[in-house]
Amino acid sequence: MNDPSAPAAAALEVVDVTRTYKMEGVQVDALRGVSLRIDEGDFAAILGPSGSGKSTLMHLLGCLDRPTTGMLRIGGQDVAKLSPNALAELRNSQIGFVFQSFHLLARTSARENVALPLVYRGIGRAERRRRATSALAKVGLEHRLGHRPSQLSGGEQQRVAIARALVGDPGVVLADEPTGNLDTRTGHEVMDLLERLNTEHGVAVVLVTHEPDVAERARRQIHIRDGLIERDTGASDGTGPGTGPRPGPESGSGIGRRP
Amino acid sequence: MRLGESFRVALEALRVNRLRSALTMFGVVIGVAAVVVLVAIGTGARDLVQNEIEGLGSNIIFVAPGQLSLGSAPSISRMRLDDVAYLGRITGDEKDIAVALNSGEVVRAGRNQTFSSIVGSNENLQNVFNRPLRRGRYLSRTDVETRRRVVVLGSDIARKLFGDVDPVGRQVAIAGGTRFRVIGVFEEVGQTFGQTRDSEIHVPVTTAQRMFGVDRVDFIAIRAQSSGDIPRLQKEVVDALQRKYQGEQFSAITQTQLLGTIGKVLGALTGVLAAIAAISLLVGGVGVSNIMLVGVRERTREIGLRKALGARQRDILAQFLVEAVLLTSIGGIVGIVIGVGVSLAISAASPVPAAIAWWSPAVAFLVSAGVGIFFGVVPARRAGRLDPVIALRTE
Repeated sequence: MNDPSAPAAAALEVVDVTRTYKMEGVQVDALRGVSLRIDEGDFAAILGPSGSGKSTLMHLLGCLDRPTTGMLRIGGQDVAKLSPNALAELRNSQIGFVFQSFHLLARTSARENVALPLVYRGIGRAERRRRATSALAKVGLEHRLGHRPSQLSGGEQQRVAIARALVGDPGVVLADEPTGNLDTRTGHEVMDLLERLNTEHGVAVVLVTHEPDVAERARRQIHIRDGLIERDTGASDGTGPGTGPRPGPESGSGIGRRP
Repeated sequence: MRLGESFRVALEALRVNRLRSALTMFGVVIGVAAVVVLVAIGTGARDLVQNEIEGLGSNIIFVAPGQLSLGSAPSISRMRLDDVAYLGRITGDEKDIAVALNSGEVVRAGRNQTFSSIVGSNENLQNVFNRPLRRGRYLSRTDVETRRRVVVLGSDIARKLFGDVDPVGRQVAIAGGTRFRVIGVFEEVGQTFGQTRDSEIHVPVTTAQRMFGVDRVDFIAIRAQSSGDIPRLQKEVVDALQRKYQGEQFSAITQTQLLGTIGKVLGALTGVLAAIAAISLLVGGVGVSNIMLVGVRERTREIGLRKALGARQRDILAQFLVEAVLLTSIGGIVGIVIGVGVSLAISAASPVPAAIAWWSPAVAFLVSAGVGIFFGVVPARRAGRLDPVIALRTE
């Protein structure tokens, strides 16, 4: 994918987006004009107090939601013009999600949880198992294939979720408070894993957190408050591609990519 | 997502909520079983009636007063015994004309007594309806002309009153006193219209008329020489009777016509029964819809997750629709098995006939699958349309 010598391409880009909700008749401006660009191989943390709009921004970046105004581009494609089905396919192929509460299917084995995104890609069962096994190996859980979520520790569950985010070979992994339900030590283990995926496999990682020490693990911190970006340590919006030193991916092959 | 995958997920969902799935299916099971059983009974009843009417003998024209059709009030007959001779001049041979005057009375012999339907008839009835005798003889012309107190017993009556003893030559008391001499016993013939013909007793129509204080006959039956004669005879007989009894209506209908009328009535009855049973299937379907809505609510987070991972609206819709259809189809199959079993049991253990038409289980299965689609669509669409952001946030 990305050649380290070439300027990084934008994986995700929002231009002047707003998002307005109607909650019980009251208009809520969750985002009030945000421009942001996430490059391939980026490792960014979105920080902000609760109600700042960071979750809304995350949902927009993940194509789970559409902006009220403004533009959202994924891999250069304008999302506003896509049908719901095309959007679902885009999520499936371009984006991996990691949630605070893991969101694993309780009665399903680790391997089948990991394989779930591939089901919606129409991939056959044997191939799904093969890829899920390999994704679980990358997060160090190759010995837990048949375990159910309830048989795993919190840290292991989040690693299964990370494997699920990776199995479809996305350009970006979006992690919403990935350490929020974990103790500090396990949280750092999960962060180690995300860091390793970013540096070793070149997957862009965007995480939302309100914990400064977690955010510091990222190379770039985006502070958001009251629906606006307050500060961005690696601002690349409006000013062109990535500023500042950014270690390029060591390997050209993304994690989980088909050999 | 492939359909096979939807089946696997749906089966798993049903398995997880085993008790709930079973209870929901139960509504469909009852509905389908009820439809299968009632259709079987309806079909069986029609088959039985058809067989029996065919057993009455062919080429017989029944003449009765009024418009003879099921459901119309019976008219009091003004026909008399001498109409046999009158009609005989039209048909050519009065030996082919039988009359009947029906009533019911208690019949007693010694200490035994039983209720019996009494047929007052003339000497021709045995021949017209082909009723073979096991013992003795049938009524003769002289018996009728001289109002003899003689009686021919149905096989059931003979057994109840006399046991194994040969009744011929013995006496029975009818309607509390009048004594009749037994002159013959019928062969066993079985049922017609749910009444066993074996509990009839035949006495001379003239004797019956005096006993009941009437001078009418209830109906006249004419055996045609060939089926080709029937339409002509029907018209001539009705015309002749209407000439004689000015202002009266008469009908002459054949067993084929009777068959058609009864078939229609039984068909309608079967339809009504099946419709009532179908209501319970409908109620079962509403139960399925309800439980699917609960399932959608329970799995809101799962739906949100699947959507985030790339499930399209139709993938989610298919998953829940397949689950609903699976629920009702399995219920349908169980219902068919129970329905067929109950039908066979009813058929074996009671006089109510039950016939499983080959199409009835097939239709029942398709209908139950259809119920699943119909009642699954609303919950499945609701699932498919869930907003993933809201769904993921649901507790």
